[in-house]
Amino acid sequence: MIKVENLSKSFGPKLAVNKISFEVQRGEVLGFLGPNGAGKSTTMRMITGYIPPSGGKASVGGFDIVEKPIEAKRLMGYLPENAPSYADMTVSGFLHFTAEIRGLRGDAKKRAVNRVVEMCFLENVLHQSVETLSKGYRHRTCFAQSIIHDPDVLILDEPTDGLDPNQKHEVRTLIRRMGEKKAIIFSTHILEEVEAVCSRAIIIDRGEIVANGTPQELKQRSDVAGAVSLRINGVESAAAKQKLSQLALADKVNVVKESGQKVTLRVFAKGENVDGELARNVAELVMKENWRVEELHTEEGRLDEVFRNITLPDTKEVEK
Amino acid sequence: MNAFANIKTIAKRELGGYFASPVAYVFIVIFLLLIGFFTFMAGGFFERGEASLTSFFTWHPWLYLFLVPAIGMRLWSEERRLGTMELLLTMPITTWQAIVGKFLASWLFLILALVLTFPVVITVNYLGNPDNGVIFGAYVGSMLLGGSYLAISCMTSALTRNQVVSFIISVVICLFLILCGYPPVTNLLLRLEMPRLVEAVAAFSVMTHFEGFQKGVLDSRDIIFFLSIIGFSLFTTGVIIRGNRAG
Repeated sequence: MIKVENLSKSFGPKLAVNKISFEVQRGEVLGFLGPNGAGKSTTMRMITGYIPPSGGKASVGGFDIVEKPIEAKRLMGYLPENAPSYADMTVSGFLHFTAEIRGLRGDAKKRAVNRVVEMCFLENVLHQSVETLSKGYRHRTCFAQSIIHDPDVLILDEPTDGLDPNQKHEVRTLIRRMGEKKAIIFSTHILEEVEAVCSRAIIIDRGEIVANGTPQELKQRSDVAGAVSLRINGVESAAAKQKLSQLALADKVNVVKESGQKVTLRVFAKGENVDGELARNVAELVMKENWRVEELHTEEGRLDEVFRNITLPDTKEVEK
Repeated sequence: MNAFANIKTIAKRELGGYFASPVAYVFIVIFLLLIGFFTFMAGGFFERGEASLTSFFTWHPWLYLFLVPAIGMRLWSEERRLGTMELLLTMPITTWQAIVGKFLASWLFLILALVLTFPVVITVNYLGNPDNGVIFGAYVGSMLLGGSYLAISCMTSALTRNQVVSFIISVVICLFLILCGYPPVTNLLLRLEMPRLVEAVAAFSVMTHFEGFQKGVLDSRDIIFFLSIIGFSLFTTGVIIRGNRAG
């Protein structure tokens, strides 16, 4: 549905987006990650046809956004960053306006407005003007606007920004549900969101794609992925560490935390840790030694760590 | 057909926007109060002793100078400030449809304010026998004059997200268009003894072109003059917006 080829954008001498390529199919939810100023919004603005690319191509549903903008825009719903809407209009007026400009008339218009009002929980504020709304409602109003014509493609720039935890959860559920039938791109810098919603994630940094894969794949790039953590009670940390290091599969052992009687240790695997082999090893040892275990699990890896590892070197360079 | 529907939708929203805020009411009240004051007090409507609206229409270019940029200044700068421009221009419409729609809405609003001056026409008809053809012509001229100022404000409002800056720039441009045909200025140029220059400069003045309408003459040259100011300004608005988007 969405195809991006070597898309670039430069603002004067500054290269904001540098030859980005990716595709999103129907039924996919693509998470767009990256530090502030990485080029996420610029990329989305090019895909939606707001700013023209300096190079490369973007097409939606087979329509090139530069050559056939109207056809491409018709297929798309877009929630811009900060969720703008006309401050002096009522929520109802605003939604009717966007429905009309999407070509909906009469009954179809009414049905569309009712549908999104229900989906986005806007009944209570329908006749209030947008400027009197709280940020959460304002955000949902703009979100409602983006799905009013039930588009095949949704581009959402930080859809959960400024929402409270409950609203965040609602929006995520909504995105995940819609993602089954649509092609969705959404940007965020909340990493847990990516795990909760996305089928695939792209990390971009300084205008370039630095990672592209499922959240699981990305997590595996984390240093701790595959390591086994355990917390035991009443054992000397040095002794435990020494015993654990002697395991055949163990590479090195770290003491993560020590408080009173409790010790938390992390055992890193030698090479790949297939099917939790290392965890079984550790468990056998624990039983043999008769340690009092409070917790034992294999680490899945942490997205935030991967994110930092990938994007940090570049930020350092900037600081220089 | 589709283009027409899009323009209509945009214009409807924009017009609704005027009436949703106090802008519309404040503008209409002030406009009517000022035009009444100038016509009857400063213009000497009664002292003239003739059944015409000369004292009414003479003031239009001057009154519009400050009032029209006040309604035009928000057209695009407001969109830029709120960020709704991004929303509007990623809808399945072309940029020119948005520009024309917004311009037409503000023009329609101005025409509405102008229509509300009808008591003046009734008064003069009650008091004497004016030439209503002349009055009609002058109204058409006033409408075109206001439209030209509006198109200019539309252009300047696309330049900046600050409404005050947009207002000041459009007042200056409109003032220039008035002054280049104003006798004190043309007399100054006459002293330079370059009649061609005087003619050329004066040809750009809205005053010279508005005069014809005030006499009830609908000259195609005058109509084309105003329409081309509108056309040129709206075209430039499009260029400015494209420039904004390209970054």
